[in-house]
Amino acid sequence: MNLVYAFAIAAQMGCGVYLLLSRHGVRILLGIVLLSTATNLLIFVAGGLRFTAPPVIEQGMRMLGTETANALPQALILTAIVIGFALVAFAAALMLKTYRSVGSVLTSDHTDAEALGSPFDKEALRDA
Amino acid sequence: MPEFLAGTELFWPLAIPLATAAVCAAAWAYPRLQQAASLVGLVLTLVASLVLLQIVLSEDIVTKQFGGWAPPFGISFVADRFSAAMVVISSVLALAAGIFAIADLRRRQVKAGFYPLFQGLMVGVNGAFLTGDIFNLYVWFEVMLIATLGLITLDRTRAQLDGAIKYAVLNLFSTILFLMAIGLLYGVTGTLNMADLARVLPQTEGSVALTVSAMLFLLAFGIKAGFFPLFFWLPASYHTATIIVSAVFAGLLTKVGVYACFRVFTLLFEVNEGGIRPIVAFFAAGTMLFGVFGAAIQWDVRRILSFHIISQIGYIMLGLAIATPLAMAGAVFYIIHHIVVKANLFFVAGAIHRATGTYDLRKAGGLMKSSPLLAVLFLIPALSLAGIPPLSGFWAKFMVIDASFRGDMAWLGALALVVGLLTVFSMSKIWIEAFWKTSPRKVARVRAVPVAMLVPIAALGLITLAIGFNPEPLVAFANVAADTMTDPAQFIAAVFSEPRIAGVTP
Repeated sequence: MNLVYAFAIAAQMGCGVYLLLSRHGVRILLGIVLLSTATNLLIFVAGGLRFTAPPVIEQGMRMLGTETANALPQALILTAIVIGFALVAFAAALMLKTYRSVGSVLTSDHTDAEALGSPFDKEALRDA
Repeated sequence: MPEFLAGTELFWPLAIPLATAAVCAAAWAYPRLQQAASLVGLVLTLVASLVLLQIVLSEDIVTKQFGGWAPPFGISFVADRFSAAMVVISSVLALAAGIFAIADLRRRQVKAGFYPLFQGLMVGVNGAFLTGDIFNLYVWFEVMLIATLGLITLDRTRAQLDGAIKYAVLNLFSTILFLMAIGLLYGVTGTLNMADLARVLPQTEGSVALTVSAMLFLLAFGIKAGFFPLFFWLPASYHTATIIVSAVFAGLLTKVGVYACFRVFTLLFEVNEGGIRPIVAFFAAGTMLFGVFGAAIQWDVRRILSFHIISQIGYIMLGLAIATPLAMAGAVFYIIHHIVVKANLFFVAGAIHRATGTYDLRKAGGLMKSSPLLAVLFLIPALSLAGIPPLSGFWAKFMVIDASFRGDMAWLGALALVVGLLTVFSMSKIWIEAFWKTSPRKVARVRAVPVAMLVPIAALGLITLAIGFNPEPLVAFANVAADTMTDPAQFIAAVFSEPRIAGVTP
């Protein structure tokens, strides 16, 4: 079971890294999404995969039963999902704004940061 | 300190910036009010951090369990000398930036949300310095990341959007690696509290998952801190931001990565064991060398300084590579010196831009005659960065290089000396081009630099001079800080001896 999960996570991370290496902005974004969800699954597996009861304290009891799942990995994953969602949403907005002002999502067309104060700026040499 | 505030000292360096951010956001339509609230908040944060440092000086390590949960279960906050010093120095820098902002910020930038984002960044930075929980550290990293992305794109120019994409993608990748490392570590040890990890890990058998986790930590913090093969996002984005944002980033952000690296590799993993030392040494050497080479070709002040951040990170990593208490003390001294000096240089770059209208050194010039005070104020941090005695950089470099010769790493020490020479080259380039040579423009029009810009530059310069002429207190402080840092037993004892809060039984 663990092995199947591990291979599934590996495949997803592979896809994520492949997309991250792309030149297309939206693919990079999707690559990040795949990588961060694969990481959530990784925490899930690292927390231990077993068939157990949900971590809920029964009525009238004061503590969890013995055969219940560990609640902490679930809490970690929930936190990571929320944070990851917010950052990906911001990155998507950033990509959209860039597309509107540069007119392209291909990173090969995003040269403005490199051109700003470039040491190879011919314009500056002529002025001087 | 009043009685009812006792025991809450770890809370205020976080709560004050958070409250200020809320006030600034509520006063969105009133830039003046935001500015005033921000300054008040920054002063209060500085006071709170000084109080914290005072308490840490007398009690060595201060801990706090939020919600009253006993240590391994709840989230602990821990301040030892190193983290308290980092909080103090970042509050000093933030206050300097807040004063600089009075003169430099345009109304449009305030409208774009500079003040709430800046305070949000300080929340993230202080949280990262004070937390004692590895997953909580991840959360603070993300708080910092989202605030920095907002700050980089303050003007929404094409260059800034482009820089922000590079910054966002590589830093998101870094936090994903960080989270993976945490997941694997949790799988092996079953705990996330740093003190508990420090207690459990020495008794844990080495496994593939642990090694991979350590390497992932090194990579994740390496991207954040700007190590040699991983630094490319930094010079691609820092120069696009408005200068005050660049100054704060240059001073604080990479240092948070370095701080996290120091914490993890003193408390959880040993540099001396498991072959981490050669990797860190290689990273340190590459970081020093390639940072300074990258700077040599540049003509834009901001780009020169961005590359120098990387080069200086190499010196700090040198301390971790050698990992003797002497070297760690040198690294602590170096970080404190570097935060002050590097941010100050960016402020001077802002002043150069204000005076000459350009960041490009080929177009600037004539500042020596028109504003000699600025020339002097530039020389202090510039010479300090290069390590000329008797400024603070000399003592910082002396400590790490001395430690490297004593610690059988003479080649690293020699390399550090060569890099120091090349730093002089870059600094004298800025000096000659911006200050000495006559302005290349036909009509030399030099604007006056406002007082609100000169005050923070002068104040940070004074700190540099004070450390330089009287290094002994800080050296002693760094030595004790390094001793505390390299001895996990003290850290563990401090966290687990925390008395339960009355009335709360988890």
